[in-house]
Amino acid sequence: MSIDAATVRHIARLARLAVGEDELAPIAGELSRVLDLADQLGAAQIDGVAPLAHPHEQTLAWRADAVTEPDRAEAFLALAPEARGGLYLVPKVLE
Amino acid sequence: MSLSITQLAQALRERKTSATELTKRAIAAATNRADLNALITLDETGALAAAQRADVALAQNPASALAGIPFAHKDIFCTNGLRTTCASRMLDNFVPPYDATVVARLAGAQAVAIGKANMDEFAMGSSNENSFHGAVRNPWDTARVPGGSSGGSAALVAAGIVPFATGTDTGGSIRQPAAFCGITGLKPTYGRVSRFGMIAYASSLDCGGVLARSASDCAHVLAAMAGHDARDATSANRAVDDYVGALAKPLHGLRIGIAREYFGVGIDAGVGAAVQAALAQYEKLGATLIDVSLPNAALAIAAYYVIAPAEASSNLARYDGVRYGYAAKEPKSLEDLYTRTRAEGFGAEVKRRILVGTYALSAGYYDAYYLRAQRVRRLIANDFAEAFQSVDLIAGPTTPTVAFKLGEKTSDPLAMYAEDVNTVAVNLAGLPAISLPAGFSEGMPVGLQLIAPAFAEARLLNAAHQFQLATDWHTKKPEGVA
Repeated sequence: MSIDAATVRHIARLARLAVGEDELAPIAGELSRVLDLADQLGAAQIDGVAPLAHPHEQTLAWRADAVTEPDRAEAFLALAPEARGGLYLVPKVLE
Repeated sequence: MSLSITQLAQALRERKTSATELTKRAIAAATNRADLNALITLDETGALAAAQRADVALAQNPASALAGIPFAHKDIFCTNGLRTTCASRMLDNFVPPYDATVVARLAGAQAVAIGKANMDEFAMGSSNENSFHGAVRNPWDTARVPGGSSGGSAALVAAGIVPFATGTDTGGSIRQPAAFCGITGLKPTYGRVSRFGMIAYASSLDCGGVLARSASDCAHVLAAMAGHDARDATSANRAVDDYVGALAKPLHGLRIGIAREYFGVGIDAGVGAAVQAALAQYEKLGATLIDVSLPNAALAIAAYYVIAPAEASSNLARYDGVRYGYAAKEPKSLEDLYTRTRAEGFGAEVKRRILVGTYALSAGYYDAYYLRAQRVRRLIANDFAEAFQSVDLIAGPTTPTVAFKLGEKTSDPLAMYAEDVNTVAVNLAGLPAISLPAGFSEGMPVGLQLIAPAFAEARLLNAAHQFQLATDWHTKKPEGVA
């Protein structure tokens, strides 16, 4: 599978990764090679084989609907690049 | 420090040494071998305080088998109040306000963490050259890589700085560095060790484990790490076996499967010869070698390098510059904050996997890549299930070659991915596996990989321990290591 610079720009946008114009072509080349590797999967006989998402196919456990974690908002907000009044601060989204 | 955990525990009980003395020695050894670049953070103050507590516990019998034993954590495990970077610029300033369950359990056993081991960024790599903190060097030959991603953990143990270190294994990240550094590395069954507080890479594959000198030491550490944890929804809710108690069982009647797929193209002749000799040793110990087939083994790398990046692209979406970690300076908009934070905070390999994963999950390609890889994953798991109908373990070389030179594969991601050819299938199937020293090729250690059915860690450790009673490969040390 060969992908072009426009496709890289599109994926990078989906992944929220800034990619410079000069990086697009080299990345397209690298990703194409990784996808060539992935294309080997085309050789597999997978008719009627169900996808396996989890190695032991265990079902998630239920737990009581009770509070188990203490309120540590302050400790977690202290990690934020910018926080004030119990809130995370981000650049203005609406003008 | 080349004594085993059992020997150290004995010396501690007989008051021939103290946790404080062992810890000071480990810190001095780590400082002396700064050239290996195996530690990202040395926590001298925390370690000495923990050692003092261990000495108090040791004075009151009975203490845990790990009480007072110094070790290191891979820098992927969150440590309360101690910087946890995952070898990324993204988390270079991250000081977690909580402990990973693995960290809490080992602290509860009074083991003494001396610091945080270097690794490939977000555990993505097979050489430990993808670290924001620089490459780690192999103690056997400092011009070579220690393997990855748990390369710092492996180098610390191989250099005799600590008797064990924690690691994680998503596609071979414990077993491959253990093989490259001539030590024993155990990847438990998926779900056997809690992933709470273990920074996520690919959640259906990630698995915490241990790197140590011997299978016996691994058994002691796994006993302390394993068990159900309500804080990890994927943690297995079943009893933990008596790993130490199972070590002594003779191997008579053990059936070892030999999969020809693991001795295929690309296996170095010296590696193949050492592994064949190890298998002959197993026959002497009473085991029977039986040919088995894993027909889809050749597809494991392709399936892994779709599934792991897909899960990574989703997991790493959390690094947004808003809540913790690195944030781009003077963002012009929220979008600019996200995209520049991630472009500046992640290294090249991490970005590559995020982009591959995003592509594999994107509209129009999901069926062709992600879903197809998951179907192949089932074929690979079925191959193992089929083989384990007639054998107890499966054996082969952990890696196709011995440790390669620094820089040898950095310019070719595909060559680096090929390193994982014999290890990734185990993660796709969620099985336990161990790598143990089995000889040398080109003067570098060779690893033998044993794979077991799910939750048969006791059988795996037993088979590895019996081999180590009959051989001395695991006692070999690089020149100059005491």
